[in-house]
Amino acid sequence: MAAAIPLIEFRDVSKIYGHGEAEVRALDGASFKIAEGDFVAIMGPSGSGKSTAMNLIGCLDSPTSGEYLFSGVPVASLDRDQLALLRRNYFGFVFQGYNLLPRTSALDNVELPLVYKGVGRAERRQLALEALAKVGLKGREHHDPSELSGGQQQRVAIARALVGSPELILADEPTGNLDTRMSREIMEVLRDLNEKDGMTIVMVTHEEDMAEYAHRLIWMVDGKVERDGKPRHGGSGR
Amino acid sequence: MILETIRLAVQAIFRNTMRSTLTVLGIVIGVAAVIAMVTVGEGSSRQVTSDVEKLGTNILMVMPGGGGQQGPGSRTVAKAFTLKDVDAIIEQIGIVETAAPYGQSSTMAIYGAQSARTTVVGTDNRYLAAIDWPIVMGRAFLASEEQSGRSVCILGETLRQNLFGNTNPIGETIRLNALTCEVVGLLEAKGASSFGMDQDDVLALPIKTFMRRVTGSDDISMIYVSVRDGQSTTRAKVEIEALMRERRRIGEGEDDDFSIMDMKQIASMLSGITNVLTGLLSAVAAVSLLVGGIGIMNIMLVSVTERTREIGIRLAVGAQASQVLMQFLVEAIVLSMIGGLIGIVLGLGLAALASNLLAIPFQPNPLVVAGAFLFSFVVGIIFGYFPARRAAKLDPIEALRHQ
Ligand SMILES: Nc1ncnc2c1ncn2[C@@H]1O[C@H](COP(=O)(O)OP(=O)(O)OP(=O)(O)O)[C@@H](O)[C@H]1O
Ligand SMILES: [Mg+2]
Repeated sequence: MAAAIPLIEFRDVSKIYGHGEAEVRALDGASFKIAEGDFVAIMGPSGSGKSTAMNLIGCLDSPTSGEYLFSGVPVASLDRDQLALLRRNYFGFVFQGYNLLPRTSALDNVELPLVYKGVGRAERRQLALEALAKVGLKGREHHDPSELSGGQQQRVAIARALVGSPELILADEPTGNLDTRMSREIMEVLRDLNEKDGMTIVMVTHEEDMAEYAHRLIWMVDGKVERDGKPRHGGSGR
Repeated sequence: MILETIRLAVQAIFRNTMRSTLTVLGIVIGVAAVIAMVTVGEGSSRQVTSDVEKLGTNILMVMPGGGGQQGPGSRTVAKAFTLKDVDAIIEQIGIVETAAPYGQSSTMAIYGAQSARTTVVGTDNRYLAAIDWPIVMGRAFLASEEQSGRSVCILGETLRQNLFGNTNPIGETIRLNALTCEVVGLLEAKGASSFGMDQDDVLALPIKTFMRRVTGSDDISMIYVSVRDGQSTTRAKVEIEALMRERRRIGEGEDDDFSIMDMKQIASMLSGITNVLTGLLSAVAAVSLLVGGIGIMNIMLVSVTERTREIGIRLAVGAQASQVLMQFLVEAIVLSMIGGLIGIVLGLGLAALASNLLAIPFQPNPLVVAGAFLFSFVVGIIFGYFPARRAAKLDPIEALRHQ
C-alpha cells in the first residue's frame, strides 16, 4: 500500500477573509496530507488558522484558493448535496463553540446526525445514550444545553460527533473547557476510537499533554504549516 | 423521511412555544377579523335588502311636491291629492292592482290611565292589502265604516302594548284629542324596521274619519299604488304621471308638481349605503389581516438569527439543504393551519354572536373564509420558508456564524 491515497490532502490551500486593508489570510498556502487511521494534533498560536483549517477539512467552508482532496477526490468538484452526504457519512465535527441546538435535550442533540443518516428511532436512542455514557454524561440526557455547564456542553458536542461512528473525527479544542481528569478521559475515548475502531482523528489543542495522545503534530503559524512531525515525547517534533 | 420531517417540525414548534404562539396569534387575529367583519357586513346588508323587499317592490308612492320633496320645503305649496285621484288611478290604469290614500299625523292616544304618543295613519283596507299587512285579531274596516267615516281604529302591536299590555284591546275605546274611537282590529307585529322607526307604533283610522276629525281637510298627502304582479312599475309610473298631469292640468313643458317614488329606487339607494358600509368593514378587516401578516413576518424575521444558526448546525451534521427546508416548510404549514383553523372558528363565532345581538342574518361567505385563510396561510409560509431558504444557501460555517 505504498501508493495509498491519503484521506486528506491540502495543496497550497488559502482562506482569505475580507478585502483590501481589512484582508486577513486565515490560511496562507497550507499543504499537508493525513493518512487514514492517523491521529493528528494541530497546535499553534491563537489566530494561526487552526479552526479555519478544521472547517475546510470538514467541508463546512470552502477555500479561497488551493485544492483540497478527500480520498483523492477534489472537494471543489462536489455540489452542495454531495458535500452534505460527505459530512453525514464520513465526518464527525466537534466545534470550538459547541454549536448545540438550543432548547433541545442533550439526547436529541446527540441523535441529530443519526436522524439525517436515516437511523430508526429506537436504535438512534440507544446509540445516543451510549455516546453520552462514553463522555460521562449519564443522567444528563434530558437536560437542555442551558442547563449544562460549559464542560458538559462540550461533552455533548463530542458525543454528537462520535455517535455516528464516522470515518473522521474533527475536534476543535475538544478539551478546552474540561479539567485534567475529564480531559484525559475524553482523550482516552478518542484514542480508543482511533486504535480499536480505526477512526481517523484530527484534533486542535492548546495543551501539549493532550497532543501527546496523537501520533503526529502539525504546528501552525500565520496560516502556514510551520512544523510537522511527532509530538514531543512521541520522538521528534520539538 | 416524511414522517421524520413532520416529527422534526413539530419538535421545533414545541421547542419554541413563544415564537409559535405569536405566529399562530398573528394568523388567528387576521383570519378572525376578516371573517367576523365581512360576515356581519354582509348580514346587515342582507337584512336591509329583505326589509325593503318586505315593503313590496311593486309599490309606488305618489306625493304632491316636486323632486320627491314634500311639505314646506317645496317652492310652491303643491296642490294636495284627493280621494278622486285615488279612484281615478284605480279606474283608469289597468296595470294597477289597487291604490290607497295615506295620511299621517302624530297624536297622543289615551286609554284609561295609559297614554302614549303615536302615529295616526288615515287610510283604508286597500293600503293594508297593498303592503301585505295582516290583521291578527279583530277585523279590518267595514265598507260602511270607510264610507261613513265612523270612529273605529286598528292598532299596531307596539301601541297595543303601550296602552293595553297583553290584554285584548278589541271593543275598547281610545281617546285621540277630541276624537274617541273603538278598537276593531290588531295588526300583526312587523318588528323594528331597518330605518330605525318602530312600524308597529301606529293607529289606523278610515281615511274619511282621519280627514274629518284629525286634519280637518280633504287633502291626502300620499297615494300608495300597488302594481299588478309581473307588470312593470316603470310603465305604471309613466301612466300615473300622465294621468296626474292631466288631472292637475299641468301644461306641456311645465314641471310636475308631484313625484312618484318607487320602492326599487329606495331599495337600491339603501343597498348602495350598506354596500359602502360593507366596503368599509372589509377595508378595516383587510387592515387587520395585513397587521396579522406583518406580525407573522416580524416574528419570523426576528427569529431568523437563531434559526440561521439552527440551519447551520443541521447542515454541519449532514442535513441536505432540501431536508432542512422541507422541515421549515412543514413547520410553517402546521403553524399556519393551526392559526387559520382557530381563526375561522373564532371569526365565525364572533360573527354569529354579533349577528345574534344585532338581529341580522348570520350567513358566512365561504369565499371570504377561504380567502382569509389562504392569505394568512401564504403569509405564514412565505415568511417561514423564505428566510430559511436564504439561510440554507449559505455555507454551514457562515450560517453558524450568523449574528
Ligand atoms: N469569519 C471571519 N471573518 C474575518 N476573519 C476571520 C473570520 N474567521 C476567522 N478569521 C480570522 O482568521 C484568522 C484565523 O482564525 P482561526 O479561527 O482559524 O484561528 P485559530 O487558530 O482557530 O485561533 P484560536 O486558537 O483562537 O481558536 C484570525 O486572524 C481570525 O481573526
Ligand atoms: Mg480556533
